Amino acid sequence: MRFPIWVRPVLFILALLALWQIAIDLHPGQLLPGPIAVFAATGELLQHGLLLKHVVASLFRVTWGFVLASITAIPLGLILGWYRRGEWAFNPLVQVFRPISPLAWIPIAILWFGIGDLSSIFLIFVGSFFPLLLTAMSAVQNIPAVYINAGSNFGLSSSDFVARVIYPAVAPRLLVGMRITLGIAWLVVVAAEMIAVNSGLGFLIVDARNAGNRYDLVVAGMLIIGIIGLLLDLGMRSIGRIKYFQWGD
Amino acid sequence: MSLPHTVIAASAAKPKLQVTGLSVVYQSNGKPLAAVEDINLEISDGEFVCLVGPSGCGKSTLMNAMGGFLSPSRGSVAIDGETVSGPDRRRILVFQEYAVFPWLTVEGNIGFGLSKLPREEREQRIAHYVELVRLQGFEHAYPSDLSGGMKQRLQVARALAVNPDVLFLDEPFGALDSITRVLMRAELLRIWQAERRTIVFVTHETDEAVQLADRVVVLSSRPARIQDILTIDIPHPRNISSPRYLALRDELLKMIGLAYEI
Amino acid sequence: MKKIRQPRRWEIWLWPLVTAALLLAVWQYSVLWTRTNVFPSPLGVWHGILGLSHEHVLWADIGASLRRVAVGFGAAVLVGIPLGLCLGWFPALHQVVNPVLEILRPISPIAWIPVAIVFFGVGDPAAIFLVFLGAFFPIVVACVGGVSSVPPLFRRAGRNFGLSNAQLLRRVVFPAALPQILIGLRIALGIGWLVVVAGEMIAVDSGLGYLVIDSRNSGKRYDLVVAAMLIIGIIGLILDAGFRTIERIRSVRWGFRHAV
Ligand SMILES: Nc1ncnc2c1ncn2[C@@H]1O[C@H](COP(=O)(O)OP(=O)(O)OP(=O)(O)O)[C@@H](O)[C@H]1O
Ligand SMILES: [Mg+2]
Repeated sequence: MRFPIWVRPVLFILALLALWQIAIDLHPGQLLPGPIAVFAATGELLQHGLLLKHVVASLFRVTWGFVLASITAIPLGLILGWYRRGEWAFNPLVQVFRPISPLAWIPIAILWFGIGDLSSIFLIFVGSFFPLLLTAMSAVQNIPAVYINAGSNFGLSSSDFVARVIYPAVAPRLLVGMRITLGIAWLVVVAAEMIAVNSGLGFLIVDARNAGNRYDLVVAGMLIIGIIGLLLDLGMRSIGRIKYFQWGD
Repeated sequence: MSLPHTVIAASAAKPKLQVTGLSVVYQSNGKPLAAVEDINLEISDGEFVCLVGPSGCGKSTLMNAMGGFLSPSRGSVAIDGETVSGPDRRRILVFQEYAVFPWLTVEGNIGFGLSKLPREEREQRIAHYVELVRLQGFEHAYPSDLSGGMKQRLQVARALAVNPDVLFLDEPFGALDSITRVLMRAELLRIWQAERRTIVFVTHETDEAVQLADRVVVLSSRPARIQDILTIDIPHPRNISSPRYLALRDELLKMIGLAYEI
Repeated sequence: MKKIRQPRRWEIWLWPLVTAALLLAVWQYSVLWTRTNVFPSPLGVWHGILGLSHEHVLWADIGASLRRVAVGFGAAVLVGIPLGLCLGWFPALHQVVNPVLEILRPISPIAWIPVAIVFFGVGDPAAIFLVFLGAFFPIVVACVGGVSSVPPLFRRAGRNFGLSNAQLLRRVVFPAALPQILIGLRIALGIGWLVVVAGEMIAVDSGLGYLVIDSRNSGKRYDLVVAAMLIIGIIGLILDAGFRTIERIRSVRWGFRHAV
């Protein structure tokens, strides 16, 4: 007997859900909801249009923070990576800033931008900037010397050189880095919304807990975060599969 | 020194390796692709057999099936009368690609199959085979510091070190320079004569085949079928400018379908 | 032509010092120029660091953060590596389990805080659980990737020498996957450090993350906020550098040749 490829994973998920429900039924009076309650809560969110509102708010912040970080960090990283002195000069500083949790910037974000969208966009920017900068730097440095030599051998002008040698050589790696960074941005936005703003999926979770221990809404929010994160990742992967970015790997 | 003759005669009754009706069909993009078709072959104990055939005809596939790495679609392979159902350390396959382990040194690679031996004996064997494949001075080097040819010699040494009774060599000297290749052939012949192993050797060089083999099996283009078998009845060491040698080499070239005047 | 240049010894020190000095100068100048009395100057931050280190809380906070990371990361290693190896070894199993992992992975560990508090109450175990979650998924992913990208040729060669399944895993697959697993562990440790600070800002009342949020909330001591951030960055850097030295060990170095 041959099943289609998705049957087993779906059965596995259903089995986990059943186990979860049974565990909850065995311990009545628990704060945690079972999958049925979570499902109902998701329906409730959908009905009031709340879900859409929170999802859009989160995506809005991620988009802005991530795009701003991309258009600043990638060109800067490419330049620093190309000129070795630039890398020697900035690398140690970047290495100190990178391990600082984006959330640790919250006090500064609030000081500079107040409580609101701008703050959380700033946090996502900070969280995405350093990983992107490092990816861009290492992508340039890892262009095999033969490409560079071959490229200059054909006497390309510098703009041609960038377009026909540097860009294609760097694109696959950059894209992988951007995919990972988008994942980070999604982690950060949820965390930031738990502190600094009053909409978005992170806010939904905190609010549901604080206003009456609605743990069904908490878990529903978490699952939605997971699913949207997965969709973002799949989206970036399918961009990576477009011919233009790809040349083996 | 007519060794090959006596060997064939003595063990003709009971083949070391028997291939019966062997076919291998790959699935390539959902379509069946026959790589090897209906091979029947008997190889006697201690015999040196070369397989020659055009590139992509299915030589590696045949080797993998004989070594037990690939289960045949039809037919079977038996060694000592026992059907081959999987890889075994009594028969070692030296792969066409570099299959040395990059996380082990030269010593570590050669000693890979020897972990059950007592320490002293293991070290002796390692030293012996390091010398045999001329890797002295590189005992502690990692494969990434070796040239392509050195890696391939290392793979041969790793195979020989476990004393297999059948050795499958898939174009093992393909990446070597011509001088090293000649040296390695001589070494292989020396080892073969000293230790009486059965060797199946893939090559696409007619000279190599005629210099080494007792019998040369000529395969057709894909799917591989046995097209001809040429018995080389020259005793070792072979004089490569003797008339008999040249005649056999020309015959082989003709079997392959190549004109020998270019 | 682009020359392959090794930095000279003095350049390694000079250039970072120049940029750091420039950055500090710009910072100092803009503090003076904007006449802010909330945001600290570099000098203020320096005094903040000195003050903290005398006060004893700093060391207790550093210790608390490091302990949480160590326990959470250690648990993630103990659970994640066997699971990842297992999933890499049995692709059919991976296919079944993967969708669940992929859904759980993008959930910020911080979003687990309410659940963690239900399970563990407010306190250390909750924070450690968050670190565990943050480190667990990268480790599993790295192990699966490492195992499944071991060239089949190596497995066949190992089998040929008569290795059993367990031996093949120990002597061929694990060493072949080790470089990639180590990269995953290093990333996981970095994430663990990010998460512990974030978790401490919300879930507990000690550690460097708490120091950041507490310095702000109790009296807007922004000099201490920035000082704590710098300390967080430097400790993270030291953790990362420590892990990199493992990658230089001989038997794993082969996998990093091209990466260095
Ligand atoms: N795993 C596989 N799946 C599908 N087709 C395969 C596979 N391996 C080999 N083939 C096909 O089988 C045919 C024979 O391949 P094989 O590697 O045995 O050739 P070969 O004679 O060893 O060639 P060469 O001399 O170049 O090494 C080829 O056409 C190849 O494309
Ligand atoms: Mg082949």
